[in-house]
Amino acid sequence: MSETVLMKGNEAIAEAAILAGCRHYFGYPITPQTEVAAYMAKKMPKIGGTFLQAESEIAAINMVYGVAATGHPAMTSSSSPGISLKAEGISYLAGADLPALIVNVQRGGPGLGGIQPSQSDYDFVTRGPGHGDFHVLVFAPSSVQEMADLTGRAFHLAWKYRMPAMLLADGTMGQMMEPVNLPEPCNAFGDDNPWAATGTEMKRPHNIINSLDLSPENLEKMNFARFERYAKIEETECLWEEYLMDDAEICIVATGITARVSRNAIVEARKQGLKVGMIRPITLWPFPKKVLAQAADQVKAFLCVEMNMGQMKQDVELAIRCKKPVALCNRVGGMIPTPDEVLDSIRKIAEGGMEA
Amino acid sequence: MAHHEIVIAGFGGQGLLFIGKVLAYAGLVEQRQLSWLPSYGPEMRGGTANCNVILSDDPVGSPIVQHPNVLIVMNTPSLDKYEKAVVPGGKIFVDSTLISRKVERDDVDVYYVPATQMAKEMELGNLANMILLGTVIRETACIKEETLEEALKHVIPARKMNLMGVNLKAVQAGKDYRP
Amino acid sequence: MIVFEKPHALTDTVLHYCPGCTHGIVHRLVAEAIDELGIEGKTVGIAPVGCSVLAYNYFNCDMIEAAHGRAPAVATGVKRALPDNIVFAYQGDGDLASIGMCETVSTAARGENITIIFINNAIYGMTGGQMAPTSLVGQVTQTSPYGRDPKTQGYPIRVCELLSTLDAPAYLERVTVNSVKNVRNAKRAIKKAFQNQIDGKGFSFVEVLSACPTNWGMTPQKALQWIDEAMIPQYPLGVFRDKEA
Repeated sequence: MSETVLMKGNEAIAEAAILAGCRHYFGYPITPQTEVAAYMAKKMPKIGGTFLQAESEIAAINMVYGVAATGHPAMTSSSSPGISLKAEGISYLAGADLPALIVNVQRGGPGLGGIQPSQSDYDFVTRGPGHGDFHVLVFAPSSVQEMADLTGRAFHLAWKYRMPAMLLADGTMGQMMEPVNLPEPCNAFGDDNPWAATGTEMKRPHNIINSLDLSPENLEKMNFARFERYAKIEETECLWEEYLMDDAEICIVATGITARVSRNAIVEARKQGLKVGMIRPITLWPFPKKVLAQAADQVKAFLCVEMNMGQMKQDVELAIRCKKPVALCNRVGGMIPTPDEVLDSIRKIAEGGMEA
Repeated sequence: MAHHEIVIAGFGGQGLLFIGKVLAYAGLVEQRQLSWLPSYGPEMRGGTANCNVILSDDPVGSPIVQHPNVLIVMNTPSLDKYEKAVVPGGKIFVDSTLISRKVERDDVDVYYVPATQMAKEMELGNLANMILLGTVIRETACIKEETLEEALKHVIPARKMNLMGVNLKAVQAGKDYRP
Repeated sequence: MIVFEKPHALTDTVLHYCPGCTHGIVHRLVAEAIDELGIEGKTVGIAPVGCSVLAYNYFNCDMIEAAHGRAPAVATGVKRALPDNIVFAYQGDGDLASIGMCETVSTAARGENITIIFINNAIYGMTGGQMAPTSLVGQVTQTSPYGRDPKTQGYPIRVCELLSTLDAPAYLERVTVNSVKNVRNAKRAIKKAFQNQIDGKGFSFVEVLSACPTNWGMTPQKALQWIDEAMIPQYPLGVFRDKEA
């Protein structure tokens, strides 16, 4: 581990990507993730990498697709409206089985929405952001340290499974500074990518990077094969953090900034004798279903704290097969729930007054 | 356990984020737990701006300061907005050159510092923020005096390091100020 | 003895193009240029969406299929990752001048050191003959059944002329393949567009006026004639930029 430095979340992503070996960044300006591009613009030319401000979000993701097709690590970053535009390219990356990193520092929506933090892209990105049957790995950091660590992990797993990965942060995570220990430089990517389009050197049959198959039989086979891979990932790559769950009777489920807010509320609730804990999903796809299902045997109720209209709540209900009530404490449009609001919800549940 | 939740608010361009960063880096030098969170968006370009800093011996939960125990304000709208949020027994630091009204609460400690006026008289340019910071450090001990210079080395851009002297002078003026 | 051989840069896959379509000719010209320049082993081609969507099956070099209109962006990514390789995009008029116009103009404006072969046949072929950005005024298509009406459907886009307003492009030329003479000329232009890239000259672009007898509703012979009679007056042949000249 290197020395501890103070960094904005967005900068930590950029530096961690470089340390992981990424040398190609393509982006388009949008608040609140601009620091990622600014950092890359400064750093990439000095280390022989590419920073390119693309003509559009669509072009940026397709440039990423081009680099990925050559077997090199590439990334782009944006915020919610920009991710809508990238959806086409993400679907093509998934269809062509190409690894890449997409950073989404979420803001309020729908439409142009606002620029303040949000978690309202949850459904959009966890279901496979684009047309067709597919998934992307989705990581939800909750600290600047995790912004750095999960960037490296996202690259690593994208490469391991040859699929796109998304770092799903929000405006607060991107803008805040915290102490961070940056990882050691490494190369998360194999140098030998026999599938890549790098030129045949007249030594092998040509490689084709492609998502088109006009034979329904073949296309079906490819989809089934891809989902077998996804099943393996769901089995092995779930990440979550448990906080004070040992004796918990109420389980908060929250990610990113709302998990931070919930921590304050839990500390306060415990002072008042309320047995509250938290399961914080770190991967949103794959979603940590098992640990939630186990918790359902222990707790009386769940409380989802979200900055959307309860999108993750549905996943929690599915994971626990609706065994226990799941309540929602939410703010939207760029508003962030306060610890007091979360505490209120906890109290209501404890008093049996909050309907799930 | 020392735990400071600080809100710094005023107009964009007054150096609010800057003194927030000084506090955050001082926290880093002192190996404490901390977070620094700016408001962002159009405010950064001339409107109202604020910055939340938490310095603590415990891990920081939410980086959003809901109830500050230290409030530093450099315009009236910010005092209007945050006065009620301060915890009882908290401390409010007011640039009294820019804010003519008094704090209405009587359950907090208030420090009126004519920082903008002092900066002008001492030819310290726009370092009213640093003067206020001096008073804050004296009254709250949220950071150690000896870590200030080290923190400033992180925050002042390398090409402007010649400004270290005036920054320290401004902080000293704030420390020495008594109404 | 002169033997007419298939270029090595073409695979043995049988082309799917309609009778009288000129895609086959242009594929061959691209392959001949790749052969003659000895660059097959380091060439990466980008296929578009449209009639030539399956071009990745026909060229022997490494190939990448791009989303509709995005080939120049994909080519940019490839070239930035592999600056010593040769990268070309092969695109039709709907792909390049309609849905992908932003990518086309921006890639040209950056002067990316790539080669683009632009097939302009004034119609969407793959989807069954809809109006293209390059369809002529009065041209009857499935989506302009009464003829392209400039009042509601605007005028055709002259891509070479449009790109020639930019500073960066190294080479812009419009050719056609409707006669032996014109095919030879097209070959020269395409080869030059690859040579430019080898020489690091920058963005090189060849527009090829092409025939679509099926969707134009003409015999192959009549279609070649229509290029002379209708297309060339709207799209004059020639060099619009040659930084060398």
